[in-house]
Amino acid sequence: MSQQGYVATPPYSQAQPGMGGYQGGFGAGPAQPPYGHYGGPPQTFAAPPTGMMKPPVPSAAGMPPPPASNQYNPNVQQNGAHPQRYPAPPADSAYGQPLQSPYNSMVSTAPPPAQQLTNQMGSMNLGNYAPGPMQSPPPPTSSVIQQPFQTPPAMGQPQMPPGSQLPHMSPPQSPQASMQMSGPPMSGQPMSGPPMPSQPMSGHPMPSQPMSGHPMPGQPMPGQPMSGPPMPSQPMSGHPMPGQPMSGPPMPSQPMSGHPMPGQPMSGPPMPSQPMSGHPMPGQPMSGPPMSGPPMAGPPMAGMGRPFPGPPPAGPGGFQQPGLGAAGPPGYPQQAGQFGGHMAGPQPGPQPGMPGAFPGAPGGLAGPPQKKLDPDSIPSITQVIEDDQVKRGGQVYSTNVRGQVPPLVTTDFTVQDQGNASPRFMRCTTYSLPSTADLAKQCQVPLATIIKPFANLPKNETPLYVVNHGETGPIRCNRCKAYMCPYMQFIDGGRRYQCGFCNCINEVPVFFFQHLDHMGRRADFFERPELSLGSYEFVATLDYCKNNKLPNPPAYIFMIDVSYNNIKSGLVKLICDELKTLLENLPSEDAAESSAVNVGFVTYNKVLHFYNVKSALAQPQMMVVSDTAEMFVPLLDGFLVNYQESRAVIHNLLDQIPDMFADSNESETVFVPVIQAGVEAFKAAECSGKLFIFQSSMPTAEAPGKLKNRDDKKLINTEKEKTLFQPLKGVYEQLSKDCVAQGCCVDLFLFPSQYMDIATMADVPSHTGGSVYKYNNFQVETDGEHFLRDLRKDVQKSIGFDAIMRVRTSTGFRATEFFGAVHMNNTTDVEMAAVDCDKALTVEFKHDDALSEETGALLQCALLYTTVTGQRRLRVHNLSLNCSSQLSELYKSCETDSLINFFAKSACRAILNQPLKNVREILVNQTAHMLACYRKNCASPSAASQLILPDAMKVFPVYMNSLMKMAPLVASTELSTDDRAHQRLLLMGMGVEDTQLLLYPRLTPLHNMDVNAEAPPTPVRCSEERLTDSGMFLLENGHSMFLWLGQATPPELIQSIFNLPSVAHLQGQICALPELDNPLSIKVRSFIDGLIEKRPNSMKLNFVRQKDKPEMLFRQFLVEDKGLHGGASYMDFLCYVHREIRQLLT
Amino acid sequence: MTSYQEFIQQNEDRDGVRFSWNLWPSSRLEATRLVVPVSCLFTPLKERPDLPPVQYEPVLCSRATCKAVLNPLCQVDFRAKIWACNFCFQRNPFPPSYAGISDVNQPAELMPQFSTIEYIVQRGPTAPLIFLYVVDTCLEEEDLQALKESLQMSLSLLPPNALVGLITFGRMVQVHELSCEGIAKSYVFRGTKDLTSKQIQEMLGLVKPAASVQQGRPPAPQDAAATCRFLQPVHRVDMNLTDLLGELQRDPWPVPQGKRTLRSTGVALTVAVGLLEGTYPNTGARVMLFIGGPPTQGPGMVVGDELKTPIRSWHDIQKDNARHLKKATKYYEAMANRSSANGHCIDIYACAMDQSGLLEMKCLSNFTGGHIVMGDSFNTSLFKQTFQRVFSKDYNGDFRMAFGGSLEVKTSREVKVCGAIGPCVSLGSKGSCVSENEMGIGGTSQWKLCGLNPSTTLALYFEVVNQHNAPVPQGGRGAIQFVTQYQHSNMQRRIRVTTVARNWADAQSQIQHIESSFDQEAAAVLMARLGVFRVESEEGPDVLRWLDRQLIRLCQKFGQFNKEDPTSFKLSESLSLYPQFMFHLRRSPFLQVFNNSPDESSYYRHHFVRQDLTQSLIMMQPMLYSYSFHGAPEPVLLDSSSILPDRILLMDSFFQLVIFHGETIAQWRKAGYQEMAEYENFKQLLLAPLDDAQEILQTRFPLPRYVETEHGGSQARFLLSKVNPSQTHNNLYAWGQETGAPILTDDVSLQVFMDHLKKLAVSSST
Repeated sequence: MSQQGYVATPPYSQAQPGMGGYQGGFGAGPAQPPYGHYGGPPQTFAAPPTGMMKPPVPSAAGMPPPPASNQYNPNVQQNGAHPQRYPAPPADSAYGQPLQSPYNSMVSTAPPPAQQLTNQMGSMNLGNYAPGPMQSPPPPTSSVIQQPFQTPPAMGQPQMPPGSQLPHMSPPQSPQASMQMSGPPMSGQPMSGPPMPSQPMSGHPMPSQPMSGHPMPGQPMPGQPMSGPPMPSQPMSGHPMPGQPMSGPPMPSQPMSGHPMPGQPMSGPPMPSQPMSGHPMPGQPMSGPPMSGPPMAGPPMAGMGRPFPGPPPAGPGGFQQPGLGAAGPPGYPQQAGQFGGHMAGPQPGPQPGMPGAFPGAPGGLAGPPQKKLDPDSIPSITQVIEDDQVKRGGQVYSTNVRGQVPPLVTTDFTVQDQGNASPRFMRCTTYSLPSTADLAKQCQVPLATIIKPFANLPKNETPLYVVNHGETGPIRCNRCKAYMCPYMQFIDGGRRYQCGFCNCINEVPVFFFQHLDHMGRRADFFERPELSLGSYEFVATLDYCKNNKLPNPPAYIFMIDVSYNNIKSGLVKLICDELKTLLENLPSEDAAESSAVNVGFVTYNKVLHFYNVKSALAQPQMMVVSDTAEMFVPLLDGFLVNYQESRAVIHNLLDQIPDMFADSNESETVFVPVIQAGVEAFKAAECSGKLFIFQSSMPTAEAPGKLKNRDDKKLINTEKEKTLFQPLKGVYEQLSKDCVAQGCCVDLFLFPSQYMDIATMADVPSHTGGSVYKYNNFQVETDGEHFLRDLRKDVQKSIGFDAIMRVRTSTGFRATEFFGAVHMNNTTDVEMAAVDCDKALTVEFKHDDALSEETGALLQCALLYTTVTGQRRLRVHNLSLNCSSQLSELYKSCETDSLINFFAKSACRAILNQPLKNVREILVNQTAHMLACYRKNCASPSAASQLILPDAMKVFPVYMNSLMKMAPLVASTELSTDDRAHQRLLLMGMGVEDTQLLLYPRLTPLHNMDVNAEAPPTPVRCSEERLTDSGMFLLENGHSMFLWLGQATPPELIQSIFNLPSVAHLQGQICALPELDNPLSIKVRSFIDGLIEKRPNSMKLNFVRQKDKPEMLFRQFLVEDKGLHGGASYMDFLCYVHREIRQLLT
Repeated sequence: MTSYQEFIQQNEDRDGVRFSWNLWPSSRLEATRLVVPVSCLFTPLKERPDLPPVQYEPVLCSRATCKAVLNPLCQVDFRAKIWACNFCFQRNPFPPSYAGISDVNQPAELMPQFSTIEYIVQRGPTAPLIFLYVVDTCLEEEDLQALKESLQMSLSLLPPNALVGLITFGRMVQVHELSCEGIAKSYVFRGTKDLTSKQIQEMLGLVKPAASVQQGRPPAPQDAAATCRFLQPVHRVDMNLTDLLGELQRDPWPVPQGKRTLRSTGVALTVAVGLLEGTYPNTGARVMLFIGGPPTQGPGMVVGDELKTPIRSWHDIQKDNARHLKKATKYYEAMANRSSANGHCIDIYACAMDQSGLLEMKCLSNFTGGHIVMGDSFNTSLFKQTFQRVFSKDYNGDFRMAFGGSLEVKTSREVKVCGAIGPCVSLGSKGSCVSENEMGIGGTSQWKLCGLNPSTTLALYFEVVNQHNAPVPQGGRGAIQFVTQYQHSNMQRRIRVTTVARNWADAQSQIQHIESSFDQEAAAVLMARLGVFRVESEEGPDVLRWLDRQLIRLCQKFGQFNKEDPTSFKLSESLSLYPQFMFHLRRSPFLQVFNNSPDESSYYRHHFVRQDLTQSLIMMQPMLYSYSFHGAPEPVLLDSSSILPDRILLMDSFFQLVIFHGETIAQWRKAGYQEMAEYENFKQLLLAPLDDAQEILQTRFPLPRYVETEHGGSQARFLLSKVNPSQTHNNLYAWGQETGAPILTDDVSLQVFMDHLKKLAVSSST
């Protein structure tokens, strides 16, 4: 791997170059079929709206969506999420027809191919699924295929794929024939191929590949394969489906799916072979995780994954094939195939595509309309989420078991702390660590934990207990200084205890002594949180305070840029007005009546204005400091005041500020001195606190930290691109240190109208646990509310100051890397000026030694901080993990959401030091490595052309692909440098929930919402195909929110939501839904409000009409589609990864 | 001509001039042998109620190097309408406006009684008066309150159109913006950072960096008010300012145990000076600095903030152990020079129990003609009344203060000017009348007096340059013209011209005449000023020795004695008091530092070199009045023998006003006799000195420390330290116990001093 490339990122480094030597043995029983999930979801299908179906890209005409074929149906089920679109199984017939026709049209010759396909399919199926057939094709082919792949590699460049494929496409049928022949080989290649090309294309490509099969290697793949013909055939051939499924993955568009099939068939043949090679169906089930699950019959798929709600049973592997079964059982198997198919299928298709695609990318497009693989056939995040919700939602999750994998972050569950920290505080990439460094190296799965020490707990969970060990302070191990926790083993009748981290034996202090019961447990076990809980707090003594002095309560300083821009935009007035109410809600601890947090006010442009708002004054006093070269605070008494006491003066001030500067035409601002002023103020007041800075422009006034425009688009895609992300050093660097030393957290609210070098400006916030909010071209009318919501949340959120954190581990491994909005003076202590409920730190671990499977691995995260009331506390989170020498254990215990959080952060850090290209390569390589390792060591043998994913990681590629399409990782001159830098910094501080949502936005259909239902509508996959002309969708990713309106949205809907006659009447800048008194409007609004409330950031609701220009903006959030600024579609990516995996395996 | 006494008095009344010699020796050699140089005390703005200013401008000699003003000493040819300059002998035509001139129609400046005349300059814009308060907020609550009240009160005393500004400081320096409504606004400067004038103006937003001009925006109106929001007319802001002063808080920064408050006096002054420099250069302005302690941080710091290191004492200074002294002094000197260059004067009102750094800061006032007032607290009548008196008005209702003055001295050829001593700085104007021999601030014929008042008096020293063998111009007189330009408090620009002349006398033939023209009072003060001037830069003892030598030489020159016979020594009446003045001068705090802090010494010296002759004499030799049942109040000898039990003494030493009740009086008073009707006379006796003291208190500036004490009272020390110790513990019994009070001192008494003087004078060895 290119690990080396990564400078600081250990994660990568783990990757091993040679996949080769892996063991084949899987521990895995059928139980955990990788894919299984798919199948599961089906239930959802129930959903009515057939309408959906159509929406899928019109272009796809040929594609008629959900090919009626039975096979497809299965798909449907799998996709669960999409269900709605697809009418229930019955549709089959319908689909089938449409499909065919389109196909036909596409490929005149359709019929014949179809057959072939079917044949192939058949074989495919076999391979994929339990059905034995597969065996035949096998290995050899794959090898052949591989070669072609190699060429394609360029993941980054999405474009290529489509075009290239097409050309070949044309030939399709014939090729197919050949394909079949070559079948097997093809399969391998195809996979890779498709991914490359744009998804739509890809679908087709698949087929082509097969066609071209070997010969084709290159381009042929594209469109043609798609060639409807195959599809139809597939559908036709009930069984074949499986094979198709294979191809399925590539299929982006649903309709395509039908077609894809064909493609698959193409590949199908190969597939089968692979599968064959692998173990016949049975085998798969075995391997469950990998292919098998899914491949199993579509239905089985579901089952595979996990016990899905309804459907479970069916699957051979124990997968459920919910709906499927019902629909067209026979066909289903294919579904399974889909999964498997993806695995396998994609391969075939892709490969061909790959080669060709990359190179030429010739008008492939033309082809696109042709069929695609069925996107529903590839692992779906929405489905996974839903499944987990169904399975574990609403339940109590007790943390009493070591190494237990918690529910997904998206799942609604209740935690009961029974000795391990709640997953809300700590989540790991895997809950079963490999017992040796070699194993870790081999699998390349990063070992990390994401700690959100201040995570908000839902009301029904108990807040942390506070333990007081008296004047001597918390009891700690003498050697490693770990704090008293459930992992301390009491011995000698309770007189001594052995530290679980370093094994040192310590005396129990007299006051802490307690007898042990017959179990060797202290009698007061349940009375002491530090003995029985995973998370609790200690009261810190003077020894834990700065200068051995108890801290003062923190203070918040509001620093408002009053330069011309902000005055003119009305922002200053907005802020001042808001502060009057906002300050009533400063954070306080628990039941405290009023907040102990003091407040201060500063306004500034080129100079700073401090305000004396002492309660004794009749009028506030303004103090101007123009000496920005050497900042200082002009007053102490009266600057930081208790809001309640000084309310009158403060209100007086807030009333006056907008007027005072009304005539100002000063447009230059300073920045560094503003922060320095805050630090100085805290220093003078001997407290920690937070600065809220509202700035509209780049600081160009003559002062320290003056910035120049260094936004050079020419650097993009060069070695020097990283400089765009690197903050300027010097004064900014020092400033960060000063801030951290003083416990001064900086929150930045930016209102830029042009480039303002966020990379540099946000440097301080990003090292001090602060947040950066950005409102481009801010206008009070449209962005005001959005901003105010952010501000309110930010001010009110729970937070700890002047924090220092240490992560201790039991022997054998240790924390080596820390990612987050933190500052580190040495390699172990994480310093944070403040840490709030949304900030998470990702910590990576490395082995020092072998870990014992028996004792497992222990983590203790101790956070020393100052509460908002000014108390010094120690918050301790403990977590115990399993250790295993079986990789399968590890893969089973993986947590995709955490993994992707880790990758996102490490990539974000890496781009500071390396060219984007390298970073992307590393990401892909490591992804491939992880999966290949699984395939090699954990999955039951199967055809090389089959893509086998561990169940716990089956949606990982979606995230990874999405991650690579994140602005910071996309080298496009069309993206604003500031936006990229901003997003990069955002990512660095995010917790698992946030990255999950950011990387896979929720796309929720609102048009057919059940007004009476409790539950919110089920989200659909983030792909254009899921949109319908007559629909209304809400998309949100935690930072942006769009309400998308189809062209054909029914007027009644518009009327009830907007009080307008039609979509066309929706004008200009509305920023909120009108408050209408009808059930739908109320429901929609409460749904949106609920979301905004739930997310750490407020979001501005943008309205997008289908085909309007702004739709482009919206589309970039459809992460399963090809990226607007580059980046492959999910399907393409999957194929590509598969290709890589295959390469690794050979 | 009557007696010299009268002549002198007359001259002083008319011209505000007192010469040491009223007949001038005609040659340089003779002049030097007179010991006391030809010199004078000149009070440029001496109040002359009888002298209305003329509404035109002076006529100047057309010679470029002369430019003397037409005066009564000039020869005038009324027919030719020509006048001859009496300094350079240039013949000048009268300007056209003098066309009507004739024997009987002479302009005022030609009339003898107008040897001093004042012109009003009509040209040029009138400049406002500016008062910039620089207020220390590191005060005790009580002090600050008193100061705030005084300041508020002073607003009502200011001319309504005067501009006022306010700077407060403590740890930080705040320049208050006075124009704004609503929120009180101030600009804050770090107290530790020295700033250039340009930086200050930029930071105050007084200058717009050219670069920041934005297109498409209306440029900010640059009217005067906008350029200086910090200096506003009193009438416009007095409400505002009154409130502002009312809300002034003590410096809020916490002062840790064992530390002094941080007081950024240096930076505050820099900001004040920089502000005025940038906004109103060369306009009359008064910076009034109120301090309650020494500068403890930043440039100009006098003492560190550690309480354990006390502020420098004379002992430290002599041991060269005063860390900050040189640096601070240099800093304040530089600032004083800048300020004087801009014509702004700086007052220092220092009220603190301990020293407040006057030693280092004195130059601010000394160079610029500002006041220094020293007190124990702002909450004393001493400060309150003194401060009020700064704004006292004259018979015309004008303030007794003038700004931005300059004094030019022109001399006839036989005389050159050596220098000046007083609240002035040199303007570096070298001309033909400047002597190479510098005395005081020399090397120039022009001095700047940024702030002056009717009592401001300069000592000017001259040198006769006529060679011994050159004949004295027949009937010629040596003439000196003083041209004082200043900004009157009513904002007029004025020029006062005083032209004086004295006859030449041949020292060899007319030594008696010269001797009798000796003004021993003026001479004593003039010599004392020289001494005080020297003591600033020389060791105290050296100066004393120099003074002694001068005295001895003078006695040798004019005394009548037989060689080696001290008892034969006699001085003529015109010199008889001179040795006594010198005796008291030697003991005065102007030359002695014992028992005085460096600040006190600076304070005393500051006043000594600027007060007029009468006040200066009082400072040198305090007045002592006696009140008793034995007769009317009478001045008595400043001698311990004057301290008798049945007397009430009133001593005026300028800085102190002491009422001392003799032992018996004190007992009577304690017994309460004054309350009894039958002892009404005792009551009257007690009241008499009070009334007299009150009279002095009415006029004196600064207000003296007023002490009422009695025999054995601790404050009696003020009296005891001044009187001639004719009776000490050493000679008490020899003198008998009947009279006077013994002084516990080893100082020599006047008698001993005189004995030695006589001995040395008659000795041939010196």
